[in-house]
Amino acid sequence: MAAMVASVAAASGDDVSVFFSMNALGYFVKGAADTAPAEGPFGTLMEGSPGVPPFKQLFSFAAEMGDAKLLPCSMAIDLLGLEADDLDPELGEPTGLTVFLGESADAQLLTF
Amino acid sequence: MSQETTIDARNTFCPGPLMELITYMKQANVGDTLELLSTDAGTASDVPEWARKVGHEMLSSENRDGVWHLRIRKAK
Repeated sequence: MAAMVASVAAASGDDVSVFFSMNALGYFVKGAADTAPAEGPFGTLMEGSPGVPPFKQLFSFAAEMGDAKLLPCSMAIDLLGLEADDLDPELGEPTGLTVFLGESADAQLLTF
Repeated sequence: MSQETTIDARNTFCPGPLMELITYMKQANVGDTLELLSTDAGTASDVPEWARKVGHEMLSSENRDGVWHLRIRKAK
């Protein structure tokens, strides 16, 4: 759902920043699986439907077409023992929660 | 000279058709018309809203045999 919101908002001209932390960040490590385990009955339904765009494709679209910023959480990078270079190239600078919240102070903030 | 291009996004779900449209829109020239084919009903209401917000011209929207035909002219 986060990928859908990010791609549509970015494509509509909104400024979009996505903050990836905890379990989300692992999908953006170079060489990681492109798909996530299905969540619940709806996730299973989406997994079985070929016309549903994959979430990583939507995030890439948001970045390429709508200049969305895809920001990895610096805490998650540290805990996973990663360097910024270990992440997919479309991800931006490692960012702390304080900076992210400060930059999004006057924005709509959606949590997934 | 303006061109008309048809984008077949049938059998993809939201936001797939919109993403297809935007990909083509980026490459089109001002004045070109894009016709988006979609079987996703939400697209029929979302694409006009997107066009309004971004500033393109919605030319027509009709459902023929379960397929939405949405025509949009690139305005800028």
